[in-house]
Amino acid sequence: MRYLPAALTVLILSTAHAVGADERGNPAAEARAFRSYFVKKFPNVKLEDFVNGPYALNQDMRRQWEEKEQFPPYEFSLEAGKELFVKTFANGKHYADCFPNGGIGIRQTYPQFDKKSGKVVTLELALNQCREANGEAALSYTGDEMAALTAYMAFTSRGKPFDISIPDDPRALAAYENGKRYFYARRGQLNFSCATCHVQNPGERLRAEVLAPALGILNAMPIYRSEWGGMGTISRRFVTCNGQVRAVPLEPQSEEYRDLEYFLSYVSNGLPISGPGARP
Amino acid sequence: MRTLLRASKRLMLLVALLMASAAALAASREADFKRAYAAAQAAEKQAGSLRNQWTVTETSLAEARRAASRGDFERAIAAAREAEALAKASIYQATHEEEAWKDLEIR
Repeated sequence: MRYLPAALTVLILSTAHAVGADERGNPAAEARAFRSYFVKKFPNVKLEDFVNGPYALNQDMRRQWEEKEQFPPYEFSLEAGKELFVKTFANGKHYADCFPNGGIGIRQTYPQFDKKSGKVVTLELALNQCREANGEAALSYTGDEMAALTAYMAFTSRGKPFDISIPDDPRALAAYENGKRYFYARRGQLNFSCATCHVQNPGERLRAEVLAPALGILNAMPIYRSEWGGMGTISRRFVTCNGQVRAVPLEPQSEEYRDLEYFLSYVSNGLPISGPGARP
Repeated sequence: MRTLLRASKRLMLLVALLMASAAALAASREADFKRAYAAAQAAEKQAGSLRNQWTVTETSLAEARRAASRGDFERAIAAAREAEALAKASIYQATHEEEAWKDLEIR
């Protein structure tokens, strides 16, 4: 286990190279180039440490975070999530009945491409699909209950590497490409893309915040944000990001957001789940 | 006495004329606002179809509506025109980014 970080780094570096013209539209090659970019940009950061976001890049913040982790601020939400997860639906079934392995230790496999619908299914969407299939009302994608549920499921997957696949289906590749396009496209009056902050400027300050690298950024989700005073889902994070650049946010779990999550998760394949996380 | 009556009739006529002109001007400014707001709304709708609206456009549209509801058509027209300009900028951004996003891509 102690050699895992070094082995991971060697593996990534040995396969890392730039995406050439002949490799465009090749997600595996693009993911290698993506990781290589961050490894080269931050040569002193261990590959698996990118999942810790700003704490991997700023030692002062890291020390504060390590102390906070003694009594993590997400603990109450985690407990609530566990209670919600085991709570029986009105029809007698549970969330566990909707997922493989009873929903335990599976967060790293989401988002998935659903061949039946031809769409990307995120964990948040799958949870609401489960509820609706069992006669329960859907939860808000930006609300506390969804954050708590996904926090618990992430916790049961801690340490498991992201394992996102793009099946041999042109619709799956199109979803990945759509997510990639959304990630790099500028929007809002501030004319920022996701990449402006999380590719071009990770480690830099944006007011009081230290920007996180895009590599591994979803591994820590959901996150407790001191700024929010509570837990937030991936949907909430995307909505907030859009608003911060003065773009009207899309609907939570819109196709664009689900595809964005698919892209960002795929390029972080192999990096461990660290959620639920805590951020300033 | 007759002179006084003639003078007050003229004064009343003048006041009536002034009031009519003011009302016509207000109606004209209201019509100007409606045109400006419709143009802004159309541009914002187009930005919406491109999935690229800006929060500041929505803020300016709301300000235009508020100003119009209190009869301040000068402010309402200015806000509507600002909203239209912002919406057009967001349309330009969305169109430009159809290809420009590739410049940021990690390769």
